[in-house]
Amino acid sequence: MSFDTIVSILDSTIRLGTPLLLACLAGLFSERSGIFDIGLEGKMLVAAFFSAAVAYVTGNAWLGLLAGIASSMVFAFIHGLASITFRGNQLISGVAINMLASGITVLIGQHWFHLGGITPALSGGARFQDVALPFAQALKGVPYLGLVYDQLISGHSVLVYVGFLCVPATWWVLFKTRFGLRLRAVGENPAAVDTAGVSVVALRYSAIAIAGILCGIAGTYLSCSLAAGFGREMTAGRGYIALAALIFAKWRPWYALGATMLFGLLDAVSNRYQTIDIGMLHIPNQFMSAVPFILTVVILAGFVGKAIPPRAGGEPYVKER
Amino acid sequence: MSCITKFLGAGAVLAFTAGVAAAEPAIIYDLGGKYDKSFNEAAWHGAQRWAKESGKKFREVEIQSEAQREQVLKRLAQSGANPIAMTGFAFADVLNKVAPEFPKTKFAIVDSVVKQPNVQSIVFTEEQGSYLVGIMAAMASKTGTVGFIGGMDIPLIHKFECGYAQGVKSVNAKDKVIVNYTGTTPAAWNDPVKGSELAKGQISQGADVIYAAAGGTGVGVLQAAADGKILSIGVDSDQNYLHPGQVLTSMTKRVDNAIYNVFKAGANLKPGVKVMDLKAGGVAPAMDKYNAKLVTPAMKAAVDKATKGIEDGSIKVHDYTTDNKCPVE
Repeated sequence: MSFDTIVSILDSTIRLGTPLLLACLAGLFSERSGIFDIGLEGKMLVAAFFSAAVAYVTGNAWLGLLAGIASSMVFAFIHGLASITFRGNQLISGVAINMLASGITVLIGQHWFHLGGITPALSGGARFQDVALPFAQALKGVPYLGLVYDQLISGHSVLVYVGFLCVPATWWVLFKTRFGLRLRAVGENPAAVDTAGVSVVALRYSAIAIAGILCGIAGTYLSCSLAAGFGREMTAGRGYIALAALIFAKWRPWYALGATMLFGLLDAVSNRYQTIDIGMLHIPNQFMSAVPFILTVVILAGFVGKAIPPRAGGEPYVKER
Repeated sequence: MSCITKFLGAGAVLAFTAGVAAAEPAIIYDLGGKYDKSFNEAAWHGAQRWAKESGKKFREVEIQSEAQREQVLKRLAQSGANPIAMTGFAFADVLNKVAPEFPKTKFAIVDSVVKQPNVQSIVFTEEQGSYLVGIMAAMASKTGTVGFIGGMDIPLIHKFECGYAQGVKSVNAKDKVIVNYTGTTPAAWNDPVKGSELAKGQISQGADVIYAAAGGTGVGVLQAAADGKILSIGVDSDQNYLHPGQVLTSMTKRVDNAIYNVFKAGANLKPGVKVMDLKAGGVAPAMDKYNAKLVTPAMKAAVDKATKGIEDGSIKVHDYTTDNKCPVE
């Protein structure tokens, strides 16, 4: 395996891992505040659709991003209404969000564009173009480092950089601010937070709003940057993988980066080496494409140690009986 | 698949049980969806053409999940639709079961052979068309490396791959063909994000012409190729217009003609196997104004020569599905 190959696989890892990372951080905010969020998938899907639709109509990817974030936040708010205000079951509400997103995107898509639920292909300014970082061209000639800088670090969509910046930002918000302290506390012991005179409901709503924004970016990245337009069910289970990564990461931001990039790497490797011949042994494509999932099970079962979720997760907060 | 799509499916089933007088022809699209810009869309165009010419109507269903195949097929047959066409090999097992139950209804299946007295099986010689686009790919490639991205990993798509590889090697035996498949389930027909990721991977390995035989997934492949400023080759429908000047050609499979003929024959559809080969105009590389600048006279001459050779039998293109083996790697 040459150095070029390794760089190109890592490059692919970043592209495949970024939507997982954003969704994983969204789940992190939500679950740290005590709201389980199965609906990551649905929020990403609806954001992917509305961002592509608006980007196509306006020809502007940034307006698409705004629309994606807005639609994802609407869905997050529905989830909040059901599970915070009306104290419904958070898992059921999340599943409902996913179903609603899956149906409504195709329905509206067919109504607007008459293309069977997909949006027309985006081009030019309607898509996030790859950003070339400064000196990428100049440094190209430098052995190893030049290649890494040019291929791996430079030349991604701006949303990728946003995603990576979200990791330290999340860490800072969660562990270095008063808001973060309260957010974590409300996921562990909402009664204590309430006693201290801080509104549990407001904290939880703000957490799911942040989750909505992050899912919105993730969905927009899928449809307006990775692909050029929305396709039916285009999230393809990434929301659930992000949830698995969240458990793997034990609800911590830096671990989330590692976990999602590991999933991205597994995906990239299975894309690159679809069949492997080791002497007499021929490993078929079917096995290689299952490897990420097999490893997921193995890693989750054996290597993470004990992953303890936020203690108040999944329980609606009742102030007085 | 969600509840909502199931409701939609159920709604569609109800809709065509309601009041049908004359025998209308019907078509069922496979999971790639009616607007896959490829295989199913070609079928739709054929049906449209028939409707326009005859002034009659046809019925159509897009299935949403594997489980709907049999249900939709039975419902259409019960409601009196005749003939019923379906696109895709995946219908073969179901049709084999359902066809004997409706001996008076005629069925047509594209891409598979079902031996029943009331079924017309339409098969294409994809290996021949792929051979021709392989020649073009090898001549257009500057790096000596070309790519192939298939949809679902099944023998039918290996037939495309094998014909393509033979075409490439006929021009330059040393050329490398990088092969990727999108997946092993029918979802692989409709995953443009993965398609574009696979294409980017092939580009980084030096491929400068990529042939996508992957239904709706191919849209992503063509997009990634256009983004990466290399050439791509479309499939089934003429996809040259998707990225003018960046799609070298498309291996058109005239599914539209096949469906048009089925609908035109109506209830008199002849059962048996119908082979749409190069001679019959079943497969061909697409040449139009969008790729005119990419096709050099030498390329054109080579394709014409190979076409003649295949038609008169002097060039034999191996069909992967006959022995599940490809003579070239």
